[in-house]
Amino acid sequence: MTNSTATATRRKLSRVRPSDIAIMAVIGVAMLICLIPFLHIVAVSLSTKDAILSDRVTIWPQGWDWHAYEVVFSDSRMLRSMGLTIFLTVSFTIISMIMSICAAYPLTKERLKGRSFFMLIIVFTMFFSGGIIPDYLLIKQLGLLDSLWSLILPGMISAFNLIILRTFFSSIPESLEESAHLDGSSHIGTLIRIVLPLSMPVLATLSLFYAVSRWNGFMDALFYITNSELYPIQLKLYQVVMNSMVTDLTAQEGASQAELLPEGIKAASIMFATVPILLAYPWLQRYFVSGVMIGAVKG
Amino acid sequence: MDQIIEQVSPTAELRTASKVRKSRWFRRDYQLYFLLMLPIVYFVLFKYVPMYGTAIAFQDYNLFKGISGSEWVGFENFTQLFAMSQFYQVVRNTLLLNLLDLLFSFPAPILLALLLNELRVVWFKKTAQTLLYLPHFISWIIIGGLVYQIFSNKGGLLNNLITSLGFEAVPFLTEKNHWLFVYLGTGIWQSAGWGTIIYLAALTGINRELYEAADVDGAGRWKKMRHITLPGIRSTIVVMLIMQLGHIMTIGFERPFVMGNTLVMDYSEVISTFVYKAGLQSAQFSLATAMGLFQAIVGLIFVVGANTIAKRMGEQGIY
Repeated sequence: MTNSTATATRRKLSRVRPSDIAIMAVIGVAMLICLIPFLHIVAVSLSTKDAILSDRVTIWPQGWDWHAYEVVFSDSRMLRSMGLTIFLTVSFTIISMIMSICAAYPLTKERLKGRSFFMLIIVFTMFFSGGIIPDYLLIKQLGLLDSLWSLILPGMISAFNLIILRTFFSSIPESLEESAHLDGSSHIGTLIRIVLPLSMPVLATLSLFYAVSRWNGFMDALFYITNSELYPIQLKLYQVVMNSMVTDLTAQEGASQAELLPEGIKAASIMFATVPILLAYPWLQRYFVSGVMIGAVKG
Repeated sequence: MDQIIEQVSPTAELRTASKVRKSRWFRRDYQLYFLLMLPIVYFVLFKYVPMYGTAIAFQDYNLFKGISGSEWVGFENFTQLFAMSQFYQVVRNTLLLNLLDLLFSFPAPILLALLLNELRVVWFKKTAQTLLYLPHFISWIIIGGLVYQIFSNKGGLLNNLITSLGFEAVPFLTEKNHWLFVYLGTGIWQSAGWGTIIYLAALTGINRELYEAADVDGAGRWKKMRHITLPGIRSTIVVMLIMQLGHIMTIGFERPFVMGNTLVMDYSEVISTFVYKAGLQSAQFSLATAMGLFQAIVGLIFVVGANTIAKRMGEQGIY
């Protein structure tokens, strides 16, 4: 690029046109729409009962009342559920990553006999599955109902994540691995000493994929867990908050209000379950975006 | 040993040679097979055994007798299913919700990406992306909670605003047509921002020189978008569209389950929630499995069809 065009481009960049303002305004509205539900829920959770009942709460707390959070944090079942979910998410992520690595690495080796057959049986599961009921009956027959294993084993490997990982492993130059082999390193040794250290960013991304899916998922828990002591936080929230909301919504006039949770406590419970995700969000955003990029390249 | 081989050569020699070759590749790669072992067991046990389990769609399944002991009834469950008016309703709803999503949720990230791409104030763009991606990370349960807090008839943020302006409260969640809008809007809210990533990536792939040449020719923002930007991301749009078309019969469980309620069942009851209710809540295992199998097979046909079309059109396809 010559000097004159460079300055011309810069001049163009610095000039703000009306259409720029319009675009920023539209994006600004979109940003507000994303933000307002969260602001509202925070506002409700921190407002006094009177303010909530008289419908005065919008996106700023009316009064300042920590009572709802005191209730949530003194609810031992809620805390237990949170602790359990953290434990579950960590165990699930570790197991899933180990299994995904074990599956992805051999499948990068073109000379591996049966490779295309193994790939076929893995990829096919992305397009066809037995469905909810056969899954449930299998878990039942394995005796895993009402066990945390039912929330770990059935979703242990995501074929999609596996393919992302395989694509990344394949992009590591063969020569690096070969020189390790010449030095007498075994396959597993090469995997641990050469391949994994070079794959840290993608390993971080996939760990977060697994962790967020486990943290947010509740369908399997709804199906497989009936013992309320083993409820992960999402299911707990569903039982406590959503049921009360739906009852409220669909109740006939004159239904007893006593069974319903106060709005402030519902809001505080929702915040309680959301905050961990918000805390992790800076990392989530960074690594998830790169994960989408690798996934898109797979073709 | 040596003698025997010498006697029966040359075929035996070949055989031993192939055996040696076989054991050599196995000796070389046994660690790789060892690594693969557990994952393959996983796929067989948790993916293929349930596929075999769909056999109960052709049985009068008895939980205590199992698959081997239950009576085979041929297509009786399917006949029963196709005779139910509810079957047509849940299939219609699944297609309806997915088609509406395709119509409204599909273009949203494209528009948003085009707008984001025009932003030149870096901090503003970064902040916008951070906020717009956020809903993707929130579970459907929490989204459901947010939706109730905002759209509820009594005490919902939006209805508070509407009634304070002197209008009647709008039954957003309790009247089915209003509910449909909330369902769609929530889908856009959750996925539009995140969906921009793939298009933004495609946009950065467009050759800068094209824009410079257009600038020299005096093309405005609109002209550049029509003649450079949109053609530049066309193939990404087509691939995404085809992928979504392929999943038109498949609907997730969590979103309709969380957002639906008894007052809007006419629209909110879809295949996945029907299977849950018929199978796990009413223990009609065979009927529910038949429904699931019907969906899986039609879904597979759609995916394969969509992929074939993509390849015909010269696009990469998804497998």
